[in-house]
Amino acid sequence: MKRTAKPVFFIVALLIVALFLTAVFGVYGQYGDRRDTYIRGASDIRFGIDIRGGVDVTFGPVGSTEDISAQDVDTVRDVISQRLVLNNITDYEIYSDTTNKQVIVRFPWTSDEEDFDPNAAIEELGKTAMLEFRIGSDTEVQKDEDGNPVRDEYGNEVVVPTGEIVLTGEDVDTATALYDTSNGKNTPVVQLVLLESGKEKFAEATAEQAASDGTISIWLDNEMISNPTVDETIENGEAVISGGFADFSEASDLANLINSGALPFNIEVKSNGVIDPTLGDKSLDIMVMAGIIALALISLFMLFYYRLPGLVAVIALFGQVAGMIAGVSGYFGFFQSFTLTLPGIAGIILSIGMGVDANVITAERIKEEIRAGRTIDGAISRGYDSSFWAIFDGNVTNIIVAIVLMGVFGPPSGLWATILKPFLFMFPASTTGSIYSFGYTLLVGIIFNFVMGVTASRLMLKSITRFKCLRKPWLLGGERA
Amino acid sequence: MSKERKEWNIVGKKKYFFAASIVIMVVGIVFNILFGVELDIEFKGGTLIKYSYQGDLDHNELENLIDSSLDNSFELTFSTGDTNEHAFNLTMTDAISMEEQEALDAALLEAYPDSQLVKTTSTSVPPSMSEQFFLKCLVAIVLASVFLLIYVAIRFRKIGGWSAGVMGLIALLHDVLVAYFVFVIFRIPLDDNFVAVVLSILGYSLNATIVIYDRVRENRRIMSSDATIGEVVNRSINQSMSRSVNTSLCVFVAIAVVTVLALANNLSSIVSFALPMMLGVLSGFYSSTFIAGPLWVLWKERKGAGKGAGKGADKKKDGRGKKVKA
Repeated sequence: MKRTAKPVFFIVALLIVALFLTAVFGVYGQYGDRRDTYIRGASDIRFGIDIRGGVDVTFGPVGSTEDISAQDVDTVRDVISQRLVLNNITDYEIYSDTTNKQVIVRFPWTSDEEDFDPNAAIEELGKTAMLEFRIGSDTEVQKDEDGNPVRDEYGNEVVVPTGEIVLTGEDVDTATALYDTSNGKNTPVVQLVLLESGKEKFAEATAEQAASDGTISIWLDNEMISNPTVDETIENGEAVISGGFADFSEASDLANLINSGALPFNIEVKSNGVIDPTLGDKSLDIMVMAGIIALALISLFMLFYYRLPGLVAVIALFGQVAGMIAGVSGYFGFFQSFTLTLPGIAGIILSIGMGVDANVITAERIKEEIRAGRTIDGAISRGYDSSFWAIFDGNVTNIIVAIVLMGVFGPPSGLWATILKPFLFMFPASTTGSIYSFGYTLLVGIIFNFVMGVTASRLMLKSITRFKCLRKPWLLGGERA
Repeated sequence: MSKERKEWNIVGKKKYFFAASIVIMVVGIVFNILFGVELDIEFKGGTLIKYSYQGDLDHNELENLIDSSLDNSFELTFSTGDTNEHAFNLTMTDAISMEEQEALDAALLEAYPDSQLVKTTSTSVPPSMSEQFFLKCLVAIVLASVFLLIYVAIRFRKIGGWSAGVMGLIALLHDVLVAYFVFVIFRIPLDDNFVAVVLSILGYSLNATIVIYDRVRENRRIMSSDATIGEVVNRSINQSMSRSVNTSLCVFVAIAVVTVLALANNLSSIVSFALPMMLGVLSGFYSSTFIAGPLWVLWKERKGAGKGAGKGADKKKDGRGKKVKA
């Protein structure tokens, strides 16, 4: 029989302690005001809006959905993403549901933003920006039917552009901010790509304006965002707006603004939910406290009831908890950080339960073997071997549950959703982030159960029992001699 | 050598265990018929808006004001907090637009400028969307059950996988119903937490059943060939007993801590999933230990009796029989 060396226990235990500490506290560097995150800790976990409050909106088209393609829905998603960023909301989740032609947005609302108005934010996101390219930059005061100037809510006169409309948002494909290196310098520019529908109109207008050194101004909701001079006729529908950008971010702002006006269809709010953050803060504290108490109680029980295998189980359990925290916080480069919701916490509880179970099953088996008169090494080996398939089958069933959940409730383009497509054909892809989170935490938990509860605990127990003072049947569950 | 452990005759007393389960089911169904079950907005669609305020508000006046600023019919409920903080909830059976919500907010703020009115929560879902969501949840549960059945059938084919799988599923159905009855009896509206609870219990309980089946698979190899199916299953359940008790205890304690802390702090959203999950764990322990295995024995014996020459049928029907040498 292959022997496991004595130091293995300490190496595995130290690795687990290191993982636990870094996963819980993270690794940060502080240089003056700058805080660098090397490893994300538990404080970097993003909690779902059901825990910490926030906004959950579904946007859908106004009127019929028939003529809307999947690509249009994705465009709307991209546009809304940009608007979120423009509104300084960076911590959002967004999905496009191409079956229902809907876009689902969720973003948290932190309690320190007291003047944040969620309703206004939702409206801002859903408003249809009107993008227009006009000849010249002339404006006039808007007049109502009686000829009186129209005033806005602050009493100012409303000014509207009067130039002839060349293109609208429907004619624009994309705008991208780039560096132009053709003159040997890095000049920020915006590259504009038009759709087929706009090419001819744009070519005519640019030919006319290039001849007279005129300008074609760009307007978003009657607000001029750019007024470039036309240098040449643009026939292929690809224009470059250059000059006048102080830096790259100015160019990219303009590109974003142009893109945001290119909504392929008008959208409205189909469903919305707003949860107050003060409720959320409290539930988070309670869950953390409950987690610590529960972990302490389970550890004490395992230690007193199963002795040496119990000690190993407790270390493995901490490893599993650390693994789950790491799995949601984005500790590992290859796991993205993941939004943790209340059902997600249910997934954590279930997988910790499975982790306890793996250790309990094995410890019981070892105890049985010891009481049947086997040697220490023989009992440990047989204990792990005979319990493996029960643990394996039990965990695989949970993997099945996790995958079904991720497929049914995850983003429609996700890996699991694609695999399950034959079963889901008649059900529209709607995303429910909170249940998706359950599937994810369960899957990560089960993976760590195999790593920690099966492999790591086996290595630790085999190596720690190489120490003479610990080679006592009683420590493995035998009767006291 | 250690002394022989006492073996409980669980398979032999299966009638009592089945009866206990049936009583629980009947009580649950009676409750369900008498009180019905509430569906959350997520499942039935509609609008729920919660406002908090301080001081006193004239309830009738408020109702008239809301009535004049909303087209939809609505229901208004008040809850009084322990201090000066009060709240009222506005429920509607249909979704309302953002504009309507804003108009309502503005009207309320204008009428009660000094009450510190704050909109704490608002949810609005059109019934067509919630119906789809409800269907999806059912699909998820059915799909998961089918895959689990197939997996158990393949992994336990040596001991009659399909029947083992079906009995395991019946035990699961038992637990899911228990969790559902907890929602009914405690008047918790069904929402997506319910789906999470059901699936956790599904995973947890099936795992417990599989641990016992695994023992059956192993004992079929090592026990003497004239041991009846009842004896094999009974032995397996007994061998798994301390594992079942200890694991269930750990999970139960963990969730009980969550439930107690959430109850103490009045966090209904957490209680609404922790409480059913806590009782579901108990049910999972009960069904995997006392229902799945014994039910499977019953099935095997019936099948054996039908053929007339089954392994278990010619012996005493009860699981205990005479002592089997290990």
